[in-house]
Amino acid sequence: MNAAAELPLVHARGLIKRFDDLVAVDGIDFDVQKGEAFGFLGPNGAGKSSTMRMIGCVSPPSGGTLRVLGLDPVKNGADIRAQLGVVPQEDTLDLELTVRENMLIYGRYFGLGRKVVHERAERLLEFVQLEERLDSKVEPLSGGMKRRLTIARSLINEPDILLLDEPTTGLDPQARHVVWDRLHELKHRGATLLLTTHYMDEAEQLCDRLVVMDKGKIAAEGSPVELIRRYSTREVVELRFAAERPPDDLAARIDGLARRVETLSGRLLLYTDDGDRTAERVHELGVQAQSTLVRRSTLEDVFLHLTGRTLVDE
Amino acid sequence: MTTIALPRGAALFERNARAHRSHFLIIFSGFFEPLFYLLSMGVGLGHFVGKVPGPNGELISYASFIAPALLATAAMNGAIYDSSSVFWKMKYMKLYDSVLSTPLGPIDVAVGETSWALFRGLLYAIAFLTTVSVLGHVHSAWAVLALPAALLVGFAFAGMGIAGATFMRTWQDFEFLNLVQLPMFLFSATFYPLSVYPGWLQVVVRCTPLYNAISLIRGLMLGVVGWYQLVNVLYLLLFGAIGVRIAERRVGKLLLR
Repeated sequence: MNAAAELPLVHARGLIKRFDDLVAVDGIDFDVQKGEAFGFLGPNGAGKSSTMRMIGCVSPPSGGTLRVLGLDPVKNGADIRAQLGVVPQEDTLDLELTVRENMLIYGRYFGLGRKVVHERAERLLEFVQLEERLDSKVEPLSGGMKRRLTIARSLINEPDILLLDEPTTGLDPQARHVVWDRLHELKHRGATLLLTTHYMDEAEQLCDRLVVMDKGKIAAEGSPVELIRRYSTREVVELRFAAERPPDDLAARIDGLARRVETLSGRLLLYTDDGDRTAERVHELGVQAQSTLVRRSTLEDVFLHLTGRTLVDE
Repeated sequence: MTTIALPRGAALFERNARAHRSHFLIIFSGFFEPLFYLLSMGVGLGHFVGKVPGPNGELISYASFIAPALLATAAMNGAIYDSSSVFWKMKYMKLYDSVLSTPLGPIDVAVGETSWALFRGLLYAIAFLTTVSVLGHVHSAWAVLALPAALLVGFAFAGMGIAGATFMRTWQDFEFLNLVQLPMFLFSATFYPLSVYPGWLQVVVRCTPLYNAISLIRGLMLGVVGWYQLVNVLYLLLFGAIGVRIAERRVGKLLLR
């Protein structure tokens, strides 16, 4: 990627994580540069969270090399963690404390002085638009508010790297957009973001560069646009059918109309450079689809092409 | 390791202090429980029991005999009560998951939680000791040392209690804890002298942590102090230190996978 002399903030070579017989992360290589928004895209169980936990120094690697901020997580875990901001997949907010206290106490874990923590807490809670809930307990907050509080909390030590594990999983669409908006703002300020997601729209929105993970391995790497260009066509024609499986002979009939055809439950995807024209020709063949949709290629298509499966279980 | 562990664990202490500000009543219950025992058993039942032989054979009032044991038990219960909150914090609130993603490590968690349990134990002990001295059951200036002794008892049970809490799978498992705690409370020479037991049973009771706690505090409050109290101190120190160590390892094993 970037041949600049600067050392990567995170550097992994042949990184492995094993749990008893299960290989969660199976020898992956990647580098994350300063100021980048770097994503791990893949379905549940691809090894994304395990990778994140190793970078966060809360899970020792089983093999390979890992350097975070130039340091070894096994030897310098506490020093590295002092420079990280962590937004875990599951909320781990302190239910016995108020919103403000969550910030103050978390800051104290980093050994920050009371005055500094107070000042930062006010500023960060304003940043995530929680300034009106300062003295509220955590429990009654909505899912989106809890997420935003977790993000504010992760920034209390002014981290060099922000680790976000599935930052918007479980949120309703509106709450997701608020979170994305805040993360965009952080990006503009030059923060280095590392995030995992199984939402292709989240990856497209936020990531400058990403790796597609499947079964503990990296299947592809690049920017969203590059990946789509490399592994998919410009457009896709989706034929939807009422039945679970499209008619058996259909694939043979439309063969040659598209560069590639994928058969999924209840739908057929035709990969083509000119969606409208392909849709027209399908229509001319007299194919009886319930509906036809022409759309742009997404990372979902990239994943499908690379693994033969969809990102979110159907 | 330990040089940085102490101040870092202190942040967890601060967290617990804030979390408890709104329910200080629970702390009061830890004071009233031994007081009620003292009034019902010591004063009420003691009326029929009359005088009993103290540690050096001298006859003392029944209330004076059980007061130190109740103090030791209160220190134990306070510490163990806190350890059950560790179970909740670890399993349901995921508190330590967030703590361990900061520079703090498992040792800081163990030290922080233990020191909080100690602090609570100290509050109970001060309140109870003040009350019993007003009621006239303190017989020696050595009793001042019963405070640090109660703190030591708290340490012994806090470390082990937190270690134990990490092995609990569900709330039901805490029944096993009761099964250990209650007989220990009733049979560790709390309500009658050790001499009522046959020889072999005396040896068994002498090995229990609560017996050592009671022996230490009873000696101090009645002014019968000897080398044996030193054995009690060493026993409790070791018991607590092993507990903290196990707690540290368990937190690391469970959460840093």
